[in-house]
Amino acid sequence: MSMLDWWMQVLGIIIVVGPFLLLVGLGIPPLLSVKLSERAVSRSVQFVTSVGLLAGLGLLGLMLSTGKRHVPIVLAHWVDIPDYHMLLKIEFDRLSVPFVILTFLLCGTISAFSAKYMHREGGFNRFHMLYALFLTGMIVTSVSGTIETLFAGWEMVGLSSALLVAFYQERPAPMRNGLHVWVVYRVSDAALLLASIWLHHLRGHGNFDAFLGATPWPDGKTILSSWDALFVGVLLLAAAIGKSALVPTSGWLPRAMEGPTPSSAVFYGALSVHLGAFLLLRVSPLLDQSLLLSVLVVVVGLTTAIFAALFTRVQTDIKCALSFASLTQVGLIVAEIGLGFRYLALIHILGHGCVRTLQFVRAPTLLLDHRRLEDALGTRLGSQYAPPPEEAADSFRSRFYRWAMERGYLDAFLVERCVRPILAIFVFCDSLERRWTDWLSGTRSRRTEYLQRHTGTADDLP
Amino acid sequence: MTELHFPWLDALVLMPLIAAVLVGQLHDAFVARKWAIVASGITLLLAICAWQDFGIMDRSQADDAWHLSTMLFGRELFAMDRLSAPLLPLTALLYFLTALTTQRTKIRRFSFGLMLLSEGLVLGTFASLDPWMIIGLTIAGTVPPLLELLGRKRSVRVYLTYQSVFILCLFFGWMFAAAEGNVKVHTLWAIVPLLLAVLIRSGMAPVHGWLTDLFGNATLGTALLTAAPLPGMYLAVRLLLPIAPDWILQSMGLVSLFTAVYAAGMSLVQREARRFFCYLFLSHSAMVLVGLEMVTPIGVTGALCLWLSVGLSLGGLGLVIRAVEARCGRVHLDDYLGLYEHMPLVAVCFFLMAIGSVGFPGTLGFVGAELLIDGAVEAYPSIGAAVIVAATLNGIAIMRAYFLIFTGKRHSTTVNLNMLMRERIAILTLVVLILGGGIWPQPGVLLRHQAARELLERTGHPAALTTPAYSHAHGEGHQADPDAMPNRDAPPQ
Repeated sequence: MSMLDWWMQVLGIIIVVGPFLLLVGLGIPPLLSVKLSERAVSRSVQFVTSVGLLAGLGLLGLMLSTGKRHVPIVLAHWVDIPDYHMLLKIEFDRLSVPFVILTFLLCGTISAFSAKYMHREGGFNRFHMLYALFLTGMIVTSVSGTIETLFAGWEMVGLSSALLVAFYQERPAPMRNGLHVWVVYRVSDAALLLASIWLHHLRGHGNFDAFLGATPWPDGKTILSSWDALFVGVLLLAAAIGKSALVPTSGWLPRAMEGPTPSSAVFYGALSVHLGAFLLLRVSPLLDQSLLLSVLVVVVGLTTAIFAALFTRVQTDIKCALSFASLTQVGLIVAEIGLGFRYLALIHILGHGCVRTLQFVRAPTLLLDHRRLEDALGTRLGSQYAPPPEEAADSFRSRFYRWAMERGYLDAFLVERCVRPILAIFVFCDSLERRWTDWLSGTRSRRTEYLQRHTGTADDLP
Repeated sequence: MTELHFPWLDALVLMPLIAAVLVGQLHDAFVARKWAIVASGITLLLAICAWQDFGIMDRSQADDAWHLSTMLFGRELFAMDRLSAPLLPLTALLYFLTALTTQRTKIRRFSFGLMLLSEGLVLGTFASLDPWMIIGLTIAGTVPPLLELLGRKRSVRVYLTYQSVFILCLFFGWMFAAAEGNVKVHTLWAIVPLLLAVLIRSGMAPVHGWLTDLFGNATLGTALLTAAPLPGMYLAVRLLLPIAPDWILQSMGLVSLFTAVYAAGMSLVQREARRFFCYLFLSHSAMVLVGLEMVTPIGVTGALCLWLSVGLSLGGLGLVIRAVEARCGRVHLDDYLGLYEHMPLVAVCFFLMAIGSVGFPGTLGFVGAELLIDGAVEAYPSIGAAVIVAATLNGIAIMRAYFLIFTGKRHSTTVNLNMLMRERIAILTLVVLILGGGIWPQPGVLLRHQAARELLERTGHPAALTTPAYSHAHGEGHQADPDAMPNRDAPPQ
């Protein structure tokens, strides 16, 4: 191994280990009931993101100078038994390196912003702990060299996202929205897990090289048959739909705005919302293998872009409007991936992520910015907002407006037609079980459910 | 058979039984708790020593040194193999932590004497390889919960009905199997009752009513200890797997698969934390049974890994719910309680245990779940999909329960509700095991794989023997242990 190779390995390991150590460093003190100061927390997050960013830039420089397009690093044989093998492998290529740099850049910026924004906020440390979990998940997903590693990072991002939506936990609304986000994520995770297991089943391990070809991204050629590629690709597309809020799951995106502005900015403006597109880019050789899959990706992307553009026009608060504007771009990016413009999609992600993060973090001072802009221009600015139709007789416009306000009734459809019927079945089964045990025991078998609840404070308990 | 260096097994079974007699005579509940902690702590140490001693010897089976039981009863009562070796410290740990975390508010309702009696019986079951011994101890193990229900003046009809059927099926099933002797295929008179007994003891739907009833009416500690060590799985492995034909195993797999999904769905609509926990537990134990039914090296390895993960994660989750109940009474899930502010550490531990149980990456359950699903996809792809559905529903259920118990409103109190030092030590021990096992899973998985391979070797199932990797491992110098018992055709004792 040459000295440059050695340095590339070291930088690669720093990129992955830094966020993990941050997660451990912020995660263990609460378990030991040790409270870290705000300064210590902020400094450690900024230190890790700075080191990671420098390592990412250094790695990029080395890769450019040596002309290497692919740097795989096997960290460990996580599970190695005769019938099963699970590698902890990371790889750096033209896709993962820009994503790593973007992640560290935006997470570092937002951590500096949140040090002020969240100052003396209850849950400051909890926010940063979840933020570290998100950062670890993003980095692991970006550099994963196996589908299992990608799944691990994917889950971390999902968990941190749902918990940050439910960050303000003394109100029920954020909890309901957090649970909604979590449900969508879990369903999409299930699709990814099934794809992961299926690939593992086909190839005996989940190494990307084994089924996406050893040629560096984006020139890999999959060895899967077109039907296998279609099956796995549809599952991965389902995972991407959930994670990137593509149609029909777009309804969770405005709900996610319940969280603190810094997390909204970095999650739904920049990084997390692009993770679905990243996944499609990573497995893009599968799209080349199946025309039908590519068509599906384009249809989903364009539908999302059109729907989100319409929804944006009727939003009445800035964070929701920005989130749908962001979704419009994500839809376009997905369509670009389906059409085969891989580099364009990557550049689109990088540019869009940076711009949208800036817009999100300026959102709380929108009115002030607006006034300053008008003062500078010396005139009123026109409104981008589409007001509700004034004439009641214009029923088509009214219905269309209502349709956009209700986000295409997609949320209502999923909740009323998919979730509630399933829950109703289990509620019915529960009532049957209750009747059975009541009959068998000859009395009320669930007596505690009939007891009067204690509604006062714990001080009033006897 | 190879001998351990000390009569660990006799000691770890006798210690809680003797302590049960002594502690049962104490009238002061605080003194009883103190001695119960000491006795279960010593039992835990003995179990760890037995496990380590067995691990150092690296043999497939071993029995006690000095042969005390041979002197007394004419034969060795207890022995351990690779399957049961980690189950002994796991079970002892759960009992010890339960005793350690019993709060002052619950101390008069929870019988430490019965807990120690139950511990002795469960450990005795796991330390037995002889079928009649296993049957006898398992039947005896149904008594402590019954005594508690009677002591609490609760209806015992549900419990008695199910347990009576269980005992009859277990006893007569194995009696027929033993009478039929050395045959390749046993009659339905032997197999069907045994299958029913295993399904009842494991709480598989639709014969799970006794377990939900027990969680509702017994103390949470007793219900948890009755369920968490998964003695039903042990019955399946020791009694059913060696003699059951493929179609019976497939039937068992279908029932357990249905239970995994059904119980996961039911956990979503429960209005009490105890019942939520019970269904969550049922779903996971059903997944373990699904893995065992697959009789492939990967599937069984996944099931055995998940067994340990379920014991630790759900055992820990049960203890956390018990800690909340000790402070706030029964925990209802039809409204937000908002307890996070007053018990942040309890909330964090609840969350870690919960995500550990559903196999979140970095926890002990992750690799087990991956292996299990991979084994399922290998055997039948539809089973893999159903297991994933169950895991997804479980994941949603735990988040719902977390939000309802710890968030959603501001809970007012001036009383300190946070964990005591004893509870903190107990729960953090489990957290360390769950995260440690998740971050560095290789040693545990390797040991479980060896246990799975031996299990399949003994049952002589063709899937195990024809797997290429398995054959490869044998071809490259795998030495068959002289203590291994390839006894699929051997007569039941």
